[in-house]
Amino acid sequence: MSARVTEERQHERRWALAILAALGLLALLPLARPREDLLNFVFLILLSITLAESWNVVAGYAGQVNLGHAAFFGLGALITRALWIGGTPVPLAMAAGAATAMVFALIIGVAAFRLRGAYFAIGTLALGEILRTTVGNVLPEISTLPAATIASYQLTLRYYLALVLAAISVIAVAALATSRLGLGMRAIREDEEAAEASGVGALSLKLTALALSTALAGLAGGLFAYYHISYYPAHPFGPQWTFDALLMTFIGGVGTLQGPVLGAALYVVLKEYLALRWVDIHLLIFGALFVAIVLLLPGGLVQAAERARGMFGRRA
Amino acid sequence: MTVLAQQLILGVLIGGLYGLAAAGLSLVFGVMRVLNVAHGELIMLGGYGAFWLASLLGIDPFASLVLVIPGSLLLGAVLYWGLFAFVVRAHEETRVKNSLLIGFGLALALHALAVRLWTADERSIPTSYSGAVLAVGDLAIPLVRLATLVLALLLIGALQLLLSRWRWGKAIRATAEDWQAALLTGIDIRRAYLLAFALGTALAGAAGALITVAYSVSPSIGLEWTLKALIVVVLAGLGSMIGTFVGGLVLGVAEAASAATFGGPYREIVGLVIFVVVLTVRPRGLFGR
Repeated sequence: MSARVTEERQHERRWALAILAALGLLALLPLARPREDLLNFVFLILLSITLAESWNVVAGYAGQVNLGHAAFFGLGALITRALWIGGTPVPLAMAAGAATAMVFALIIGVAAFRLRGAYFAIGTLALGEILRTTVGNVLPEISTLPAATIASYQLTLRYYLALVLAAISVIAVAALATSRLGLGMRAIREDEEAAEASGVGALSLKLTALALSTALAGLAGGLFAYYHISYYPAHPFGPQWTFDALLMTFIGGVGTLQGPVLGAALYVVLKEYLALRWVDIHLLIFGALFVAIVLLLPGGLVQAAERARGMFGRRA
Repeated sequence: MTVLAQQLILGVLIGGLYGLAAAGLSLVFGVMRVLNVAHGELIMLGGYGAFWLASLLGIDPFASLVLVIPGSLLLGAVLYWGLFAFVVRAHEETRVKNSLLIGFGLALALHALAVRLWTADERSIPTSYSGAVLAVGDLAIPLVRLATLVLALLLIGALQLLLSRWRWGKAIRATAEDWQAALLTGIDIRRAYLLAFALGTALAGAAGALITVAYSVSPSIGLEWTLKALIVVVLAGLGSMIGTFVGGLVLGVAEAASAATFGGPYREIVGLVIFVVVLTVRPRGLFGR
């Protein structure tokens, strides 16, 4: 293993520890009995971290652009909600949701990954939209929790679950980033043919990345279903969720551990601010921002920080 | 039996528009290796163009094509200069990836812009001949939709003619075939890219106008039509515009048949099934040429 890879590993480990320490501090927040809207706000950041990291696994590390990520988030939500309201314990229901998301992903993945990237993007985009339309047609009614569940609703419980999921996704991505598996994925991202030629099994690695990514997305969807009192079943399938994941990952830095975490925090703050000020055009602003980042700063904040460090000499 | 036949006829009629929607996307992807997932939003803008021309100036929606097509051509050129010219500088794999990302961002921005300009309501263009029907036995063929099918075929035929006869049409095809060889023979491939993207956008605009007169337009139709176009491209492959048109008809009929068999709510599923089956059965054959 070359010195550079070892150095990168240490870098990733330091970031993982820093993020986990920050999450640990956030675990103390409910003890201070804060206002509910603050807890909801942090919850949103935590959910976003899981969603962004899940997209980052398949797109950032393995280089496969998933344009239908909402499909897996939505499937997780759909299955979890149905099982949970039906009486299954939440952890089991969420596991079932994640498994369903993974199975759908593998069906698309096996068909599309044999070809190059564009097919996978089309397949996932199709899966997302087709499921959204179909769920909207078959289940047009709003899904509301039973009165007894609402009466015993505990926000703190959801908050801690979100915290645990965010920690799991960060640990999973950190473990991936520092493993041979992650190294192989990055090799595929950079040059698939060269990776194959040097003995990396591209198809199985891409499928592994996809399975991990969609399982995390399914869990995030399950959390969404557990958190919201009422929503339309088709809502979590909406392309907005995919876009959120893309934008957060790109703001922070695609293919890095810390990027999606920073991106998620910044995006949620920015979104709350912009949505208050410019209700109807904040999506226009975000769309334009996203295009600008892809064209001008494809490495996001992480790349910007590296550039700044390069400019002002190596202080760190 | 009559009910099924009627549904299939309606499937063929909308299938023509699927083909037209896919033709522009196929041209752009084939020539530039850029997969523009905002194609449906360009269709949507064409639809609102026709809607504005009809509601503000009272121009007949079919006649408005004369303005919508050049307008879309111009919009395509602007989008190329502003965005996609940067994308085509990258090598092929990065190019596809970046075009997907940029298209996705563009789609969202255009959707938000349309909601802002025209609200989220569905709009259509009522005309004096909107309800006209051609009766064949027990079957009823809506004349407006029949006209859109014929126009879609004419436009695709015109494009095919343009690509095979016009000097720059040949340059576009040569670039699609092998851009390095095209460059070596002295073809200005940047201009071929620009033309292909502008033509693709013009086709999208025309499709949008026809969709608006025969059906309706709303800001959210973009993604839906991008998807139909993508499925048709997967089904029909690149290279032949007539093939794309036929692919559109096949998707229209398949949707109608599945709606008749499994019920309306499940009509969209068929597109996904086509996608998975085509890639599983003929992975190399269809998208490649």
